Amino acid sequence: MTVSLHQTRREFLATSASGLGGIALGSMLSEDGLLTAANAADPSAFAEATSHREAKAKACIFIFMEGAPSQLDLFTPKPKLNDLHGQSLPKEILDKARFAFIQPESATLMGSPRKWEKHGQCGMDFSDLLPHLATCADDLLMVRSLHTDEFNHHPGQLLMQCGVSRFGMPSMGAWINYGLGTPSSNLPGYVVLNAGRGGSGGSSLWTSGFLSSKYAGVQFRNQGEPVLNLANPKGLSPEMQRAGLDVLRDLNEARYQEVHDPEIASRIANYELANRMQTAAPELVDLSGESKATLARYGIDRPEPEGKDFRGTLPGLRTYDIFARNCLLARRLVERGVRFVNIIHASWDQHSELDKNLAYNAGAVDQPIAALIKDLKQRGLLDSTLVVWGSEFGRTPLGENRPGRLSNTGRDHHPNAFTMLMAGGGFKGGHVYGATDEIGWFATENPVHVNDLHATLLHQFGLDHLKLTYRFQGRDFRLTDVGGRVIRDWIA
Amino acid sequence: MGSVSANRLPLFAALELAALLFPFLSTASERIDFEREIRPILAEKCTLCHGPDESKGGLRLTGIEPATKVLDSGSRGIVPGEPEASAVLARVCSTEPDEQMPPPGKGEALTAEETATLERWIAEGAVWPKHWAFAPLRQPEPPKLEIRNQKSDARSPVDAFVLARLEAEGIAPSPEADAVTLIRRLFYDLVGLPPSLEQVVAYRAAIETDREAGLARLVDDLLASPAFGERWGRHWLDRARYADSDGFEKDNHRADAWRYRDWVISAINADLPVDRFTIEQFAGDLLERPTPDQILATAFHRQTLTNTEGGVDKEQWRVAAVMDRVETMGAVWMGLTLTCARCHTHKYDEITQREYYGLFAYFNNGDEVNAKVPRSPEAWAAFETALAAHAEAGTAIETKRTAARAELESRLGEWEARFSAWLAEAKAVAEPTLVPLAIDGFAAPKGVQFAMESDGSLVVGGENPPTATYTVTAKLPPGRITGLRLEALPDPMLGGQGPGRTGHGNFVLNGIEVSVEAYPRNPVRFGGAAADYSQGGWEARGTLDGNAKAGKEGTGWAVGGQTGKAHHVDFGFAEPIEIADATEFTLQLVQNYGGQHTIGRFRLFALASPTALALPEAVRLALGTDAAQRPSEARETILRHAETLDAKTWPILAEASAHAAKRPSPPEMDVRVVGERTAERRATHVLHRGEFKEPLDAVVPGTLAVLPPVKHRGTEGDRLDLARWLVGGENPLPPRVLANDLWMQLFGEGLVPTPEDFGVRGDRPTHPELLDWLAAELVASGWSRKSLIRTIVLSRTYRQRSDHRPDLVERDPKNELLARQNRFRVEAEIVRDLSLAAAGLLSAKVGGPSVFPPIPEGVADVNYNSAFKWSLSEGEDRYRRGMYTYFKRTAPHPSLVTFDCPDSNVTAVRRTRSNTPLAALVTLNSEPFVEAAQGLARRVLTEHPNGGDAARIGHAFLLCLSREPQDSERDRLHALLERSRAWYREREAEAAELAGPGRPGDIAASETAAWTATVRVLLNLDEFLTRG
Repeated sequence: MTVSLHQTRREFLATSASGLGGIALGSMLSEDGLLTAANAADPSAFAEATSHREAKAKACIFIFMEGAPSQLDLFTPKPKLNDLHGQSLPKEILDKARFAFIQPESATLMGSPRKWEKHGQCGMDFSDLLPHLATCADDLLMVRSLHTDEFNHHPGQLLMQCGVSRFGMPSMGAWINYGLGTPSSNLPGYVVLNAGRGGSGGSSLWTSGFLSSKYAGVQFRNQGEPVLNLANPKGLSPEMQRAGLDVLRDLNEARYQEVHDPEIASRIANYELANRMQTAAPELVDLSGESKATLARYGIDRPEPEGKDFRGTLPGLRTYDIFARNCLLARRLVERGVRFVNIIHASWDQHSELDKNLAYNAGAVDQPIAALIKDLKQRGLLDSTLVVWGSEFGRTPLGENRPGRLSNTGRDHHPNAFTMLMAGGGFKGGHVYGATDEIGWFATENPVHVNDLHATLLHQFGLDHLKLTYRFQGRDFRLTDVGGRVIRDWIA
Repeated sequence: MGSVSANRLPLFAALELAALLFPFLSTASERIDFEREIRPILAEKCTLCHGPDESKGGLRLTGIEPATKVLDSGSRGIVPGEPEASAVLARVCSTEPDEQMPPPGKGEALTAEETATLERWIAEGAVWPKHWAFAPLRQPEPPKLEIRNQKSDARSPVDAFVLARLEAEGIAPSPEADAVTLIRRLFYDLVGLPPSLEQVVAYRAAIETDREAGLARLVDDLLASPAFGERWGRHWLDRARYADSDGFEKDNHRADAWRYRDWVISAINADLPVDRFTIEQFAGDLLERPTPDQILATAFHRQTLTNTEGGVDKEQWRVAAVMDRVETMGAVWMGLTLTCARCHTHKYDEITQREYYGLFAYFNNGDEVNAKVPRSPEAWAAFETALAAHAEAGTAIETKRTAARAELESRLGEWEARFSAWLAEAKAVAEPTLVPLAIDGFAAPKGVQFAMESDGSLVVGGENPPTATYTVTAKLPPGRITGLRLEALPDPMLGGQGPGRTGHGNFVLNGIEVSVEAYPRNPVRFGGAAADYSQGGWEARGTLDGNAKAGKEGTGWAVGGQTGKAHHVDFGFAEPIEIADATEFTLQLVQNYGGQHTIGRFRLFALASPTALALPEAVRLALGTDAAQRPSEARETILRHAETLDAKTWPILAEASAHAAKRPSPPEMDVRVVGERTAERRATHVLHRGEFKEPLDAVVPGTLAVLPPVKHRGTEGDRLDLARWLVGGENPLPPRVLANDLWMQLFGEGLVPTPEDFGVRGDRPTHPELLDWLAAELVASGWSRKSLIRTIVLSRTYRQRSDHRPDLVERDPKNELLARQNRFRVEAEIVRDLSLAAAGLLSAKVGGPSVFPPIPEGVADVNYNSAFKWSLSEGEDRYRRGMYTYFKRTAPHPSLVTFDCPDSNVTAVRRTRSNTPLAALVTLNSEPFVEAAQGLARRVLTEHPNGGDAARIGHAFLLCLSREPQDSERDRLHALLERSRAWYREREAEAAELAGPGRPGDIAASETAAWTATVRVLLNLDEFLTRG
């Protein structure tokens, strides 16, 4: 099957399945003979071809901490690193290592000033920066042995979001929507929520790549209308919008009768969906129906911290509040059938002043994420919702002695070992997977490549990462590129 | 194997035709077509392990020769004519897990039909031709059409190929579209704009009078329109991955990117032949005596991304950019995905990893450099005119000066006497009279502070910038002032005790400038300078020579070797200043050396006694020669100095220098281009798995073995050789790929439906001979893009109606047989252009820096690079064509993205055409489209001042769709209009908002609002957004 037919049919069907408004589209389709293809009657037919019985997850909330949080100050206590504080890196590691800013000849190891405790029945380690998340320990899968191929932010982010560090590949959210379609009839299947300064990867992190742009993430905004161009033009009431759309539909239908182009039917359906989104999206972001207790649990309207020049925000932005709202919005999106939600917060790139900035960022995300996990659980949504917390890589055990600096107050990029958290979606709770050496340089036990992570996430959606493919430029591409293996140990 | 030779073609065509015509003939009598039936099986199921690189078991299925070799097992994979002896067949038929191919888990087994086909092919002798795309290019004869008398329909060879195929299928082509549809189709396709009412009327009349001549004139007019270059330039810019920013984390602004975009527009408008178009973009810099435009063209390969993230390894990203150049060439000129071969030999196509790095080697010594090019051809022409005018005006001044000098020379003795008298006076002074100056003001770069000491000196503190100019104001005492003294003083607070602010106490004074209040000839001119001590090479006279460049390029006074002590320098005024009262003056001390070579403590004095420093050193020496036998050079030196002082000559000199200052500066700008590296040339290596840090064998520039050989001019090939290999005429791929490209833009789909893949896994052309005919025609026409477009759009195949045909939905759902034209939604930029044009708002300005039209609030300001601001364009620039919208790679304009504009990170040889609710929201609600609806309403109201509703609705239809509405359409819109009127008459505020600013004065807001609400429907019609 060639790309173009494949794509056209899927686009058309995915559109028609997402609600037909007042149009007898079905009859138009059968007239056109487009429903005759055996596997095309239902957009989920494609999914069935690749799905299996173990499908647990129906939705994913990927919380992306752009810039690389320090796993050594949040999740992996390293007493030995503290002991070796101020000493240089063992030579066998030094020779292999690559650095961005560190001057390796004079670099020294940097311990963590954090206080550590074990939490939950499982006894999971968290530093004092994450007191709320720590209370979710028994619902969390902590993977300490992630590693990546990329050393710089944007390529690393592409690898984490799209499975390949080159441009032009679809992001995970696009792949999943391509594979499964979206159950929501009036919201997009893939929504991106951003708090703080924009992520450095920009829209390339939620692109649909070579897939149709209908699978691309739609960025919801924190101020003004939640979706671009959602509001009617000034002076045009909903009634008048509707009146115009009715005429538009009639004229387009008449055109369809003349030229029989199914794209017209698709266009009619999309104008109707657009009109439904105009109501559904504002309803979604309207939090007035949420109880005060819920708002408080997420940390909505809590005060922004004192101080300035935090790397995790920009002057004048209420980043704490926005992040909390985005977490609550993520729950509301999932409740409404949205397949994939990306919550992005930038930046965790703490080359200097790590203590101050990590505390700021952890403070921004800790309470809202814990509230989200508990809220999903309480509503019975956690089993079918995969919550993922992570970044493009981690931070180095060495202090960053950039030239011209008086003291080491930050850490450099570290692709060899970093930590991610997962909850729900059929993963084990209260489980720690993988380990690193005593200073946290390498993943020494059960190393997990980013492609493995993706393979396992797809698996939870009932998708076989080897079969979820798309032929482009003569090659069958997949999210996991040429790698990936499902990590069964994660699955409950 | 061999290629299809020219004289075989008609026979070949006839055979194919016969097969298509008589499907009832037993297929068994027809030989297996390797391309269509065998190659796909091999590519899908075999060559992953038995391909160009890997030959498991000794089997390599890349051609008949390797396929028939004796294998590790002793048998042979394929024995032509003997299926039973061919191991390949036995293995694919086997069900034994150990035997079976592909092995269980490694791929799907062949179907029974596939094994039968394979068997028959071997039995027939296993004919294995070269992959069609790599076969030599010959122009086939168009088929003769005599069947069913359709000959008269074949207007061009294009039609002959298409009709022959349709005839064979027993399908009638669609009738030719009506004149208005054709006019609109050609406008959308060739210039991306809707035709104006007048254009529709005029062309329609011409077409109805003489269809062929009328259409030909329309096509020629459109091809000659500047908008053609914009429309087709944008197609090219997709391939060039053009953008206005660097990409990656920082995504910095590229101030020069638009200059390449403008080059593309003008090259396409000038119909620069595609071969030269190619050569200049690859290697314009390597041509003999390249023009600035040819150098600019190489910016094609500078559209690669630049990663300036902190801490990046530059070599890694340089290599990444070179890879992108190789792969972009592969996609755009050869329709091949070379990316796979970065890491390993291509699994399907005959491209080895070594060959990939052979191509890489051509680019590996192309450095990323800047070149100065004219901002635009127009600006350059204007500059040359202005320069000529300036030179002419200069001639008159020069004549005047020559005469004045001659006159001065006649009385030079007076000046010589005066100068000698000054020197004599100065000689008589034993100790110079120094008057301390009371400093009353000072300024310096931000953060630098001054403190006055009790001795009248200034101590400099605060910020310590690398360079600084101090500005000091003080009062000159009354009397005859002959010069200034600057004392540079030590201070315990300064590094090395000063006087400078470096760690070691040195400084460099590069220049000095003095202006005295009410003095007629500011800045004051100096004669000479002398210091108590100067560091070697950094003499005091360096402060007066006008050179204040940074570092060692500059000249000036320094005291290295004697820091930590007081020093002074005296400057003599070229003529004494006589003042009656204390007078304010300003002094600037220029210190540009860098590295904090600035003065840390200083004091100033006025010189009040005669000084020899009134004269420059050279003049003093000249005066020292014997007046009677003074050499002419010495005389000239004195004359030149006198000229600056003499009341008759100095105003002319001033005029000359003022004129020189007005010399127009060339309108040039720096543009990123590619320049060949001459020194320390890089060697190229195969990179293990594409890793820049893991070089393997060295390779030299070289191309793909599967294609005709490259010719190198020198010992080592360069980019110019590579470009000539692509478009030299021998290489069959670029003409095929580029002809397919043109076809795709005009039909919505290529003859090869996978334009990005001409390899074995891509789709075969729907009309292979037509493709070859077009490709050969492109070459034969001298690579004229316009000529090939003209040929295609004048064909009856292009001119068919585009209505979908219920009779063909099942037989030909993708319209591969071309029994009709295609309908397709226009591209992102054109969606906007159409609406603004219909509203009469669109600017026709071509080229120039990118613009910032309205963008939804909040989109551009949340941005990782917080230095970037979307500064909304004003006036005409608000309504420029969509292709001029500033393109920021990490945050492109959302309306462009919604309509599938590519992200510019990698080359895009075709666009997807999505149909989404977000797109509907753009045209319904976003600012430019609301403005277009308002503009259209204004047009309808003002261009039909006395018209009734029906006439105005008709006018709106004509403006948007070039046709009158049908009655039902008019009625529906009229009902909407009436309803809107009723609504807005009761809601004044809403009406004012929707009507927008600038509405016609005498028309009620409610009326304009009602029309806006009505006509916006037209701007959202499928018919409006679709090229029909």
